[in-house]
Amino acid sequence: MVGARDTASVLAARADARAQGSNVSDWMPCLPAATSPFVPDGVDPSALVWAETVAPGGYTHKVVARGTRLRLEDVTGDACAHVLVFNALEPWERLNVADTQKIPWQAYLGAGHPLLSGEGRVLATVVADTSAHHDAFCGTSSDEWNVVKYGDAAPQGPSPSGRALFTLAGVKHGLTPRDLPPSVSFFQGVRVEDDGALAWQGTAGPGTYVDLVAEMPLIVLVANVPHPLDPRTDYVVGPLRVHAWRSTPSGPSDEHHGASPERERAYLNTTDYLEARGL
Amino acid sequence: MSTETVEAIRTTVPVGAVYAPDSRLDWSEALVPGDVVLDERVAPNAPWSAVVRAGDVLTIVDVGGNQSADCLMFNADDTSERYSVPDTLTWQGNAYVREGTVLRSGLGRPLMTVVGNEIDRQDTIGGACSKESNTLRYGHHTAYQHGCRENFLAEASRHGLTSRDLVSNLNWFMNVPVEADGALGIVDGLSAPGRRVAIRADMDVLVIVSNCPQMNNPCNEFNPTPLRMIVTRNEDAVR
Repeated sequence: MVGARDTASVLAARADARAQGSNVSDWMPCLPAATSPFVPDGVDPSALVWAETVAPGGYTHKVVARGTRLRLEDVTGDACAHVLVFNALEPWERLNVADTQKIPWQAYLGAGHPLLSGEGRVLATVVADTSAHHDAFCGTSSDEWNVVKYGDAAPQGPSPSGRALFTLAGVKHGLTPRDLPPSVSFFQGVRVEDDGALAWQGTAGPGTYVDLVAEMPLIVLVANVPHPLDPRTDYVVGPLRVHAWRSTPSGPSDEHHGASPERERAYLNTTDYLEARGL
Repeated sequence: MSTETVEAIRTTVPVGAVYAPDSRLDWSEALVPGDVVLDERVAPNAPWSAVVRAGDVLTIVDVGGNQSADCLMFNADDTSERYSVPDTLTWQGNAYVREGTVLRSGLGRPLMTVVGNEIDRQDTIGGACSKESNTLRYGHHTAYQHGCRENFLAEASRHGLTSRDLVSNLNWFMNVPVEADGALGIVDGLSAPGRRVAIRADMDVLVIVSNCPQMNNPCNEFNPTPLRMIVTRNEDAVR
């Protein structure tokens, strides 16, 4: 006996363990995904392939098929979804933030924005956005940053760094720190002033979401940690709700597909690559 | 590394452009005092690399003016630690690189510090050009043009590094403003022949540079010119 729990024998310990299986948490994956209590409006539950609420300071990761639509939702207005995406087939092809800003001639992420790789292709597209408060300049927090700001950065501590969580998420797909490029983040905005100063914009409020469509098979890494420039001295981050469902990749009938000559050629390159691979 | 002209051979290769014969070149000198421990010239379109020892200062001379020097940095003792644009920007709270900017790694640690700068601001947002991204930016007819990513990959491979080790980079002497609505792009440069930047190594740093061959935007004034790389050591400087 340990307190009120009988775990003195294997059978008793097994019974004790099994009695926990129906417990619920505010942050947990929901399996099968179709049983999610938070199915997005208009989505057939049977099409869901991922339903999860990521804890504050937590991370998640998954390999998703081409055409998967991924919704990230900031339930409380305090989430900050740091995201990295990789070509699941050749993961050295991965998010390239410089090309993602430069090629669309636009520094701020929003609806229709492609997330480009360094190979001249689209990994994913932002297809819906009710927040418009995002950032592609500051990346995620390093251990050094969080130690200075909060006194600790360890994944098991009260103020994990985004890089520490990306490191863990990545290694579960065979990725090492060399495979981690600069990331983007959603739900806490930053704007560049005339002199280059990075101005904190912060949240758009609770209940906003961003939808990404996977334009090829992707490894998706998500770390839910405060934005590095969050002015609060405390480590404050809300739960991040994640849903994904089977949908369709971008095609010529989508407005963003031909929104600019650069983007159109990016989708052409992507399709060219996938068709040659038989996908 | 030499820019001396050799007798041109006949070739069917569509090689990139080099500077016009009447271009004004100013080779300048090191921006900070000290003993010269390295002094090399980087030909137009070519890559370059060297390890700069802790405390030493690398002066990069923009010999022909507005010639982008795309630049990556690695901890020479552990190349998994490397330059990070977002860490550099976050720590200084500003999107542009100027004198005093600490160039940080993805671990948040100082790799190098800008100790001298003769340009209003330096770019670290615009990234590198590549054969692949050229097809998006300018069309598929550019597919056989040389790019900085080719230079980075070729030079990185000499140090055992691969495409996994390439990340967003610095662009010395390139100008990428961010406008109020987020519009961003490479525009006419702020540099001139002989202008310099000086960066001090805060640890032993492997520096890889691509002398940008891009002929589809103004990052080299459509006139690729040489760079001069000078490393100086000042024993009197505080280590």
